[in-house]
Amino acid sequence: MRYLPHSAADREHMLATIGAASIDELFSTVPKSVLGTFSPDLPDHQPEFAVEAHMRALAGKNHAAGDGPFFVGAGAYRHHVPATVDHLIQRSEWLTAYTPYQPEISQGTLQMLFEFQTQVANLTGMDVANASMYDGSTATAEAVLMARRITKRNKVFLSGGLHPQYRDTVVTYLSGEEGLECLSPSPEGQGDIVDHIDDQTAAIVIQTPDFYGHLRNVSALAEAAHAKGALLIVVVTEIVSLGLLEAPGALGADIVVAEGQSIGNPLTFGGPYVGLLACRDKFVRQMPGRLCGETVDADGQRGFVLTLSTREQHIRREKATSNICTNSGLCALAFTIHLSLLGEKGLTRLAKLNHARAVALADALEGAGLEVLNNSFFNEMTVRLPSPATPIVEALAQKGILAGLPVSRLEPGKPEVENLLVLAATELTTDADIAAFVDSLKGELA
Amino acid sequence: MSMNSQGRPTAPAAESRTVSSGPAALLPAEPLLFEIGDRDHSGVDLPDVEVDDSRLGGLRRKAPLDLPGLTEPEALRHYVRLSRRNYSIDSGMYPLGSCTMKHNPRLNEKMARLPGFADVHPLQPVSTVQGALGIMEQLSHWLMELTNTAAVALSPKAGAHGELCGMMAIKAAHEAKGQGHRKIVLVPESAHGTNPATAAFLGYSVKSIDANENGTVDVEAVVAALSDDVAAIMLTNPNTCGLFESQIIEIAKAVHDAGAYFYCDGANFNAIMGVVRPGDLGIDAMHINLHKTFSTPHGGGGPGSGPVVLSEALAPYAPVPFIRKNGENIGLVEHAEDGSFGRLTAFHGQMGMYVRALTYMLSHGADGLAQAARDAVLNANYIKARLDDLFSAPFDGQPVMHEVLFDDSFLKGTDVSTLDFAKAMIDEGFHPMTMYFPLVVHGAMLIEPTESESLQTLDVFIETMRDLAHDAKAGNVGRFTQAPMRAPLRRLDETRAARQPKLKWSQEDQRAKAAE
Repeated sequence: MRYLPHSAADREHMLATIGAASIDELFSTVPKSVLGTFSPDLPDHQPEFAVEAHMRALAGKNHAAGDGPFFVGAGAYRHHVPATVDHLIQRSEWLTAYTPYQPEISQGTLQMLFEFQTQVANLTGMDVANASMYDGSTATAEAVLMARRITKRNKVFLSGGLHPQYRDTVVTYLSGEEGLECLSPSPEGQGDIVDHIDDQTAAIVIQTPDFYGHLRNVSALAEAAHAKGALLIVVVTEIVSLGLLEAPGALGADIVVAEGQSIGNPLTFGGPYVGLLACRDKFVRQMPGRLCGETVDADGQRGFVLTLSTREQHIRREKATSNICTNSGLCALAFTIHLSLLGEKGLTRLAKLNHARAVALADALEGAGLEVLNNSFFNEMTVRLPSPATPIVEALAQKGILAGLPVSRLEPGKPEVENLLVLAATELTTDADIAAFVDSLKGELA
Repeated sequence: MSMNSQGRPTAPAAESRTVSSGPAALLPAEPLLFEIGDRDHSGVDLPDVEVDDSRLGGLRRKAPLDLPGLTEPEALRHYVRLSRRNYSIDSGMYPLGSCTMKHNPRLNEKMARLPGFADVHPLQPVSTVQGALGIMEQLSHWLMELTNTAAVALSPKAGAHGELCGMMAIKAAHEAKGQGHRKIVLVPESAHGTNPATAAFLGYSVKSIDANENGTVDVEAVVAALSDDVAAIMLTNPNTCGLFESQIIEIAKAVHDAGAYFYCDGANFNAIMGVVRPGDLGIDAMHINLHKTFSTPHGGGGPGSGPVVLSEALAPYAPVPFIRKNGENIGLVEHAEDGSFGRLTAFHGQMGMYVRALTYMLSHGADGLAQAARDAVLNANYIKARLDDLFSAPFDGQPVMHEVLFDDSFLKGTDVSTLDFAKAMIDEGFHPMTMYFPLVVHGAMLIEPTESESLQTLDVFIETMRDLAHDAKAGNVGRFTQAPMRAPLRRLDETRAARQPKLKWSQEDQRAKAAE
C-alpha cells in the first residue's frame, strides 16, 4: 500500500522491540467479541489510476457551472479565482500544517490570520474580526448567540430577507430556546423588522443584499435598535458587494457576519467555505472562535499568537463562548491571498463589473417583458414568472442552462413564492449567456 | 559543542543566543501585507466599467476601503516567504496527539479540483448533480460499513459541529419519547474541551466521571452516576490517554438500560478503523473527523468535516439534508420531515472534503485502512517501548492504541517543564506532541505518530527524545528553558498578547511605532 512505509521486516523488528508476537496482541484490551469479526462490503486497495477513473466518472455526471450559461447564486457565487491562489494554498507548508498551537514554528499561518482579520475588519467597517468560522450560516447562528450573551436578553428577530437556509440554521441552533421570531419572506424587499424592536430585544438580523437581491439601508434599523439597547447584526452572503456598497460598520452594525466564499474559494457544491465574523471592540471577549494577536518574542521581534483563548472550549470547557474548535484556515488563506491580489482597486473594479453584468441581465429580462421585483440590487435579483419557476428551471437545465434558484426549493409550500426565481450574474456572465438564457426562457414561457 | 545522534549540535554556541534565531538567509522576517501593499497595486486585470447609482439604493460606498493590493509576483513572494515560517507534515514528523497528523495524498487534492466537483453549485437542479450526490452516497456507505451503524449525517462542518449534531439528535429523541426532563450529560475528565462545551451549549449540565487508576472508565463509576435525569454519556474511544475503553460494551448497556444514549467522540477512530466497528460496541452517535482519520488536510486549522454516524434509535432524528435513493436516481431531502431536528448549516456540508475522504478510502481499500490502523497502533507502541525506561507513562502495563501518553514525573527536580521540553523538540526539527492534555495527568505529553512515519523516522525521533531526556536529567537546563533557539522566532509573549490585545494592523499604530 503506497501510503504505508513499513515493510514486513520493519513490522517484525518493531514487534520484537515491543515484545509482542503480533499486532493483534496490541489490541488485547479490545473485547474479543468485536475484534476482526466482520468483513465489510468494501473493496480492497486500488492503484492511483483506478481511483482517479472512478472519481472522474462521478465528476462527469455533474453539470459544471462552466459548462454553459449559469445564473445560480443564493449564497454561493461563481467568480474567477486567480491561478496564483490555488497554487499557493497547495504549498505543503500551508496545506499540511495544523492549528498554530506552537507559534514559533507557525508564524506563516499566524501572520496570515492577522492579515485576514485586518482585511475582514476593514472590508466590513468593523473594529475587529476573528480568524474565521465554518461558513456564513453558522456564523450567523453564533452571532445571534453572541448578541444574547452581550445583552442578556432573549428576543431575536430574523428579517424575512434572510437566506432561508441561514434562518433554518439559526432556528436549529436555538431550538428549545425562547424568543426567536422569524418574519415572513419579504421578496419585495419590504421593511419588515423595525416595528418589532422593543426593550426586550437582544438583536435584529438583517441581510444585505438580501436573499432576493434587494439592498437594505440598515442605518435606520441601527438607530431603532440602539434606541432600545438592542444590537444590529448584518449578514452579507455576497462579500464582493462590499467593493461597491457602503460597509455595514459605517451604517451602524454591531456585529457583521458574512460568507467569504466569493473571494478565493470555488463553489464546490456548498463547502468548505469561510465564515466571517466581525464586531465592535467592546464585544471582543464575547466572540466565538479563534483570534490571532500581535506580540513580541523573547528577543523583542514582532510575532503573532492565538490569543484571548480563555473564551474558548479547550480552556473554559463548559463555560466557553462556543464549542467551535476547528475554523476554516485554508479557505481563509485563499480569501486573504485573493483579496491581496485584488486590493482596493481590484475589488472595486470587480464589484462594479458584477453590478454591470447584473444590470445587463435585468435589462434583458425586463426587455423580454418579465417582472423584476428589485428597485435596487448588487449582482442578484428576483423575477416573478407567469408560472411556477421549478419546472421552467428543470426544462432549461435539460438544455444546458442553469437558470437560477426557484425560491420554492428553499420555501416549499408557500404559494406566494412559487413563481419566483432568484438570479445572479457575476464577472463571468457574458452577453451571450444572457441572450441564450432570455431566449430559452421566452421559449419555455411561450 | 555537544552533538546529537545525527551529528547536529544540540545547542548553539553561547554567543548566538543573543541574536535572533533561525537560518535567516532562507527565512527572512516578512513584513505584513499592509506594510508592503499599496492601494494602487493589483494582481488582477479587470476593466474599469462605469456604473451609475440608479439601482444601488443610495448605498454606494463613499469612503476608501483601506485594502492594499499586491501584483502577482509580489503576492507570490509574500505568501511563499510566509509559508516557509510554518512547520508541516510534509516537512517533518508532527506527533500532535489526538490530531492525527498523517500523510495527505495529493491525488485527493487533484480529485477535489475536477471541475465536476469544484465548479458545481449547491443549489443547481438535483438532476444536474447526480455525481455529487453519488459521492455522498458512497462516502455514507463507507462510513456506515466501517462503523456498523444505521445512518450518517454528513453535513457537520467539523468535529465540534458533529458533536452538536449527535447531541441534538439525542435531545430530539428524548423529547420525542417524553424524556425531555433529562438534563445531565456524563463526561469523563479526560474528554476534549469540545465535549462539555457542546453539552452546555444545548443546556445540559455536565457531570464529570473519574477514570480508574488504569486511565479508563469503570462501568461501576458510570452506573453510580446514571439516573433518570441523565440524557447521555459522551465518551471518547480510544480515549485521550491513548487507551481502549475495555468496559465499553458494559458501559453502553448500562447507559441504555438507564434510558440514556451513548455519544462517542470519534476523534481517535484512526486507531480502530477497519479493525473494530463502533456500532458493535453499542454507540448511538459518533462523529468522524474526516480531516484526521481520512486525511483531508488540516490546512493550518481547517476546514474540517465531521459526519456523524447514528444508531437505529437516533437515525429518525438526523438533520437535513440527506440523500434518498430512488431507483437509479439519488434524491436530496432538504426540509425537515417528522423527527429530524433541523438544519445545521446552509447547503450540504463539506463536499470538497467528502471527495478527498472518499478518494483516500478507495485508495486504501478496506484492507489498507485496517493496515493503517494497525500500523498506527504499532508505531505508538514502538515509541512507548523505546522511551519507557526514560519517560514516565502514567498508565503502564497495557498496550496503548494509536497514541502514547507520558506525564512529567520523569522531569521532577530538573527545572525543565513539559513546555520547555516541547520547545527543545522544535530545535531538533520536530513538531512537539500535544502538551498538558489530557488534563488527568500532570504535565501531559501525548504523542501520536500515525501510520505515516517510517521506522527510520521513528528511530530518529526516539533517539532525539532520549537525548533530550538525558540532557534534562543531566542538568543542561539552558537547552530547554532557552528553546527554541533555531526557530524563526524565540518564545512569544502570550501574556502581553492577551493583556493588550492587538488584533489587526492599523496605520495609527504604525505611525506611533515609527515615532518611538
